Amino acid sequence: MFSNASSFVEGVDIAFFIIIGISLVFLVGITAAMIYFVIKYNKKRHPKAEPTKDNFQLEIFWTVIPTLLVLGMFYYGWVGYRPMRIIPKNAIPVKVTAKMWSWSFEYENGKWDSLLIVPVNKPVKLELFSPDVLHSLYIPAFRVKEDVVPGIANVMWFKAQKEGTYNILCAEYCGQRHSYMLSKVKVLSQKEYEKWYNAKDTLAEKMMPGEILMKKQACIACHSTDGSKLVGPSFKGLYGSKVTVLVNGEKKEIIADDEYIKNSILDPNSEVVEGFPQGIMTNYSGQISEDEIKQFIEYIKTLKDD
Amino acid sequence: MSTEQTALPADNFFNQGGKGLMSWLTTTDHKRIGLLYMYSIAIFFSVAVILGLLMRLELIAPGKTIMEASTYNKTFTLHGVIMIFLFIIPGIPAVFGNFFVPLLMGADDVAFPRLNLMSWYLYIIGAAIALSTLVFGEGSADTGWTFYAPYSVKTGTNVSTSVFAAFVLGFSSILTGLNFLTTIHRMRAPGMGWFDMPLYLWSTYATSWIQILATPIIGITLLMIIAERALGVGLFDPSLGGDPILYQHLFWIYSHPAVYIMILPAMGVVSEIIPVFSRRRMFGYKAIAFSSLAIAFVGYLVWGHHMFTSGMSGPARIIFSILTFLVAIPSAIKVFNWLATLNKGSIDLQPPLLYSLGFIFLFLIGGLTGLVNGALATNTHIHDTAFIVGHFHYVMFGGTGFGFFAAMHYWFPKMYGRMYNIKRATRAFWVTFIGFNILYFPMFILGLEGMPRRYYDYLPEFQGWQVVSTVGSWILVTGLIMMFVNIIRGARKGKPAGDDPWNGYTMEWETSSPPPLENFHQAPVFKKPTYED
Repeated sequence: MFSNASSFVEGVDIAFFIIIGISLVFLVGITAAMIYFVIKYNKKRHPKAEPTKDNFQLEIFWTVIPTLLVLGMFYYGWVGYRPMRIIPKNAIPVKVTAKMWSWSFEYENGKWDSLLIVPVNKPVKLELFSPDVLHSLYIPAFRVKEDVVPGIANVMWFKAQKEGTYNILCAEYCGQRHSYMLSKVKVLSQKEYEKWYNAKDTLAEKMMPGEILMKKQACIACHSTDGSKLVGPSFKGLYGSKVTVLVNGEKKEIIADDEYIKNSILDPNSEVVEGFPQGIMTNYSGQISEDEIKQFIEYIKTLKDD
Repeated sequence: MSTEQTALPADNFFNQGGKGLMSWLTTTDHKRIGLLYMYSIAIFFSVAVILGLLMRLELIAPGKTIMEASTYNKTFTLHGVIMIFLFIIPGIPAVFGNFFVPLLMGADDVAFPRLNLMSWYLYIIGAAIALSTLVFGEGSADTGWTFYAPYSVKTGTNVSTSVFAAFVLGFSSILTGLNFLTTIHRMRAPGMGWFDMPLYLWSTYATSWIQILATPIIGITLLMIIAERALGVGLFDPSLGGDPILYQHLFWIYSHPAVYIMILPAMGVVSEIIPVFSRRRMFGYKAIAFSSLAIAFVGYLVWGHHMFTSGMSGPARIIFSILTFLVAIPSAIKVFNWLATLNKGSIDLQPPLLYSLGFIFLFLIGGLTGLVNGALATNTHIHDTAFIVGHFHYVMFGGTGFGFFAAMHYWFPKMYGRMYNIKRATRAFWVTFIGFNILYFPMFILGLEGMPRRYYDYLPEFQGWQVVSTVGSWILVTGLIMMFVNIIRGARKGKPAGDDPWNGYTMEWETSSPPPLENFHQAPVFKKPTYED
């Protein structure tokens, strides 16, 4: 009767059934009583109301019964929840970086992906990290959710029990492209997982270092590489072009050269391209090295206008 | 109808105390101030309803339908800010509290009439500041009405102005609470003891305490956001050394009790209406009075249930969960007592009672789904999903909104001395009620299926219920228009209603309709109602 995509589903869904079941009894009962009274004691049929006699015992009765019921609901809520906070020691650690507006997942051996890839029936521990604002990692099929809070090392875990692909959504509002901050969790068999985990990183062969970095740092969540306008200007045809920027509110024309690109990464709000919002981009100083900036620039140079 | 009148009494507050706009803008008459609030609230409510309609229309299909993502984010923020700070929090207390708190206790005005007028001006100034973000600066805030840090610190939109508006509105709320509290303590008619007070006064009393004690916290918190944005003081943004969770605590320490500022007055209204239309005394008067105080008190201690997934410590989560369940009990007690009052009464299903029963049904759904939110296991799944949006619209709109409509239909003949068309009011109720459920019920299903809230775009599998919900919004708005047209026509052309069209038990029905300038022709003395027809 439960999907059991993760080991938490049963506990959570039992709590759902108990709470919604009891609630339905009350909702239907009270509504039916209301309708019954309105019909039976309508002033046409029942022109004289009977005087109200307070009934202290009845008051006690309908205070105590709901109290017991809600304490029962609390109990099942807690029982379903408790396992989520007890993280098995052997859980596979994955570092999750949530950024405006993408997810990235990094494994112990340095392997990196924008999808979360996990083996079936093995506990996985997610260490949540955000460099900018609040996000929340939500996997509905697994019944798990935990906020990703900048400056605080939140942790969550789960054990997937069925192979397949499930949605990951950002549940805490994080700005313009909040509803596009999606990913997937892929649950593989142990064998497939190991094959994936131990495979040599094929990305390095296919992509330039700057391109990989750009994915890891989530630049492409806001800056397209095909000329389309997202939150920030596209990288396509950027290098060497003339851009109009606002410096302290004044328009200025400059050429997008190495110096400009570097400055845009390390101090993004000093020169914002006209027509784009101020203050959206995170300051990357301290997060990206000089070498990496060079890799970026090399990659951007390849994105020429058609 | 106890008396048949052909014309309104000449000595009513519309004629007395001057005519013309200036006489209204400088009035200290609590009745006129109540109406000033009602007209301004009606305008802001309509604006926010239109914003809501546009959001629903955007969500009828995945991808862009009528607006960009950034516009959508600003729209839901402004919708929330207007509905919360300009409609639901002031709503019933500012309109019906101002008009009826003195009348229900046989007083000639509130304790501080000038302060009362000042509260209205603060309200209007706050509203003007909030709406000015549409026209000036970098565009209105796109943070959601919760202004969560650090996004609210970082975003380029005009957060400071919106936050400052909420700060000013807070003062309006505090001063109104202070005024009612003093009025209830000091100005009851001779002979009216605490437990002779109409239950609406009890709920206003409890509400006023929350307004006075909790609102300053949000005021300070909002100033902290402005200080962080303008001066770079590191309070909530970790890149400046602040703590984003601290913001959430401070925000919800006010904003959860504020939920009870919103709902308690509506419960008070329903507790007035049910006895009158069942022709009998309220069952369990003291239980209802004390449950209002219990809600006000326990309501202070449950704010953490907004933050179960924020990384709060395990014991804190457990304590907040158990307290959240306890706050449900006083509400349950009220529902049972209302039901017991209907039992064996002589029920006249007039529009005020219809809206009150609608309130009970919708509030029940809102309250019972609140239990799902309060349990830790289920909260983890539905937190920050459409389920929450459905839940609080059932409580806030289905509860407080329908309570407001019930109060409007109940006290309307006293306020204007005229009666609206009863048949049309009944028809408008059913259209509104049905539209409401078609609009908001699908959100529970969407939330359970894993659709997060504040999503401009969504995965195609969610579309079915989104379409149903959008169609519901059209029906709901049709009902609202029917209701308002009927009310406005009634105010202008309705038949004179007489002093006591509902055979009420409370003191406001003893004076003429509309009441004269200082409410009563002779200083009234409280007599216990006999509840015999």
